[in-house]
Amino acid sequence: MSLNPLELFSQLPGAVAQGLIWGIMAIGVYITYRILNIADLTVDGSFCTGGAVCVVMLLSGYNVGLSLLCAFLAGMLTGLATGLFQTFCGISAILAGILTQLGLWSVNLNIMGKPNQTINVNNYDLLVSLRYLQEVLKGTRPFYWSPILVTGLFVLVIVGLLYWFFGTELGCSIRATGTNLHMARAQGINTDFNKVLGLMLSNGLVALSGGLLAQYQGFADINMGRGAIVIGLAAVIIGEVVFAKIFRNFSLRLLGIAIGAIIYYVVIQAVLWLKLDPNNLKLLSALIVAVFLAVPHWKKSLTAPLARKGGRGDA
Amino acid sequence: MLEIQNISKTFNHNTVNEKVALKGLSLVLKDGEFVTVIGGNGAGKSTMLNAVAGVFPVDGGRILIGGDDVTRLPEYKRAAFIGRVFQDPMMGTAASMGIEENLALALRRGQKRSLRWGISQKERGQYRQLLASLGLGLEDRLTTKVGLLSGGQRQALTLLMATIKKPRLLLLDEHTAALDPKTAAKVLETTDLIVNRDKLTTLMITHNMKDAIVHGNRLIMLYEGQIVVDVAGEEKKRLTVEKLLELFSRASGSDEAEDKLVLS
Ligand SMILES: Nc1ncnc2c1ncn2[C@@H]1O[C@H](COP(=O)(O)OP(=O)(O)OP(=O)(O)O)[C@@H](O)[C@H]1O
Ligand SMILES: [Mg+2]
Repeated sequence: MSLNPLELFSQLPGAVAQGLIWGIMAIGVYITYRILNIADLTVDGSFCTGGAVCVVMLLSGYNVGLSLLCAFLAGMLTGLATGLFQTFCGISAILAGILTQLGLWSVNLNIMGKPNQTINVNNYDLLVSLRYLQEVLKGTRPFYWSPILVTGLFVLVIVGLLYWFFGTELGCSIRATGTNLHMARAQGINTDFNKVLGLMLSNGLVALSGGLLAQYQGFADINMGRGAIVIGLAAVIIGEVVFAKIFRNFSLRLLGIAIGAIIYYVVIQAVLWLKLDPNNLKLLSALIVAVFLAVPHWKKSLTAPLARKGGRGDA
Repeated sequence: MLEIQNISKTFNHNTVNEKVALKGLSLVLKDGEFVTVIGGNGAGKSTMLNAVAGVFPVDGGRILIGGDDVTRLPEYKRAAFIGRVFQDPMMGTAASMGIEENLALALRRGQKRSLRWGISQKERGQYRQLLASLGLGLEDRLTTKVGLLSGGQRQALTLLMATIKKPRLLLLDEHTAALDPKTAAKVLETTDLIVNRDKLTTLMITHNMKDAIVHGNRLIMLYEGQIVVDVAGEEKKRLTVEKLLELFSRASGSDEAEDKLVLS
């Protein structure tokens, strides 16, 4: 068994492109997990919903822009469902997400008609495709068709729009809702409405990302969103850990999340290159995220007794 | 300005934990009245304030603010009329947001949140001026995250937020109880300043009988979900702690006053 560094290197552009696509999903996860302070599990379902809607619409002859827009809107609807479960029905956030996710399994199957829908890049005008990436690298396609460039542009536009939105009166009130419900209500903020809105926005982005990934890989699959929440959290955490010191500005922090997703995919490529059984990837992802989530907790319980010791030393 | 008509509230109805917190309580506040509220632990003081603020629905009775019946209005809509400061300094502000962002949120209380930018340059001048009036040096730290401020600074800021848009009613629930005596005195001083300046109709709960006597122009005492003492004007000015204890014993028909009222 020999490890060829060139082989890893040749995988990098693909990893970056995939990372950027998942980065959009991760930004969606950031909106719920960090801004709204809700762990939303809808993601695993809405990601597939986006892919399914996008592919089915393309297959029916709609253009790619409209298909992606509808994927986004469909994602917003899934967020609306979870939001109403949480606010109108008073179901806990985790359970609400699980319910929607479960229901979406059937919805997604209904949209696609079968568990897997392929779309051939030769017959349809797609926005991003693994094929384009290879062709650009070979020089048979102009560089601006590179999925890295296209998805990178998507990320920049989304970050720009979110930066604007979360700076508006409405956006600020959503941030306040996530930070302190008591304060938000005392300041006249409709916290239920804001939660629903945030969940819709988040899942819209997740579904958009699903639509892009389906095009990139050439198919939508009923399992394509499985574990998406973990990948999203991984990207959020990696992005925060790596860029915490440099990226203070909100828009830069969002960019950091997208870069976090790229790092995640590069690491996955490297692990695959090391000939790890791909079946173990999810276990590895789960463990990595668990460790990163645990670190702040460990830090706290470790530094507390240390600080006390230090105090005594000073006296 | 505020009219509480015969409100009642029972927690955990029909369970072993059933607790009658308010028993047909009525209270009318005239415009500009500054009322201090005292009473032992569990007397129903916080429940009364929370009922007015709409944190939970009441079981019976009506609440009117400035003539508007708000009994069925959700908490966030009532906030248009009400400024609040809580006992817990963490509760009144958004820790992960800047000082100016918190103030901007408060300035828009009661308005529709639009897609206009969340803070205008013009407001910043106003914020700086208001913060300077606190004398805590916060006017130069507009973008500092509120989570980095001390408890006293946060309470002072919450007080500003509660009053930046003149409320019809200001509700203070032991807002200095979590602070050290010196900081508490400072925040109380600021409270007096703002309430007198803007002639705010105010309900202020306190556990400190001296504070209750010194501040405000009317004093009420709660006991088992009802108002048992209500003094105002000259009579209130002449109050002493001893007199208050005596009033309480007479009203509650017992001489356990010293146990029920936490002295400080
Ligand atoms: N959310 C709640 N659920 C159940 N019981 C409650 C709730 N809130 C208050 N109570 C009960 O209602 C009674 C009145 O409580 P309240 O908080 O109004 O007292 P308080 O006068 O503010 O007392 P303190 O001085 O301790 O703050 C208490 O017996 C309390 O245990
Ligand atoms: Mg209380």
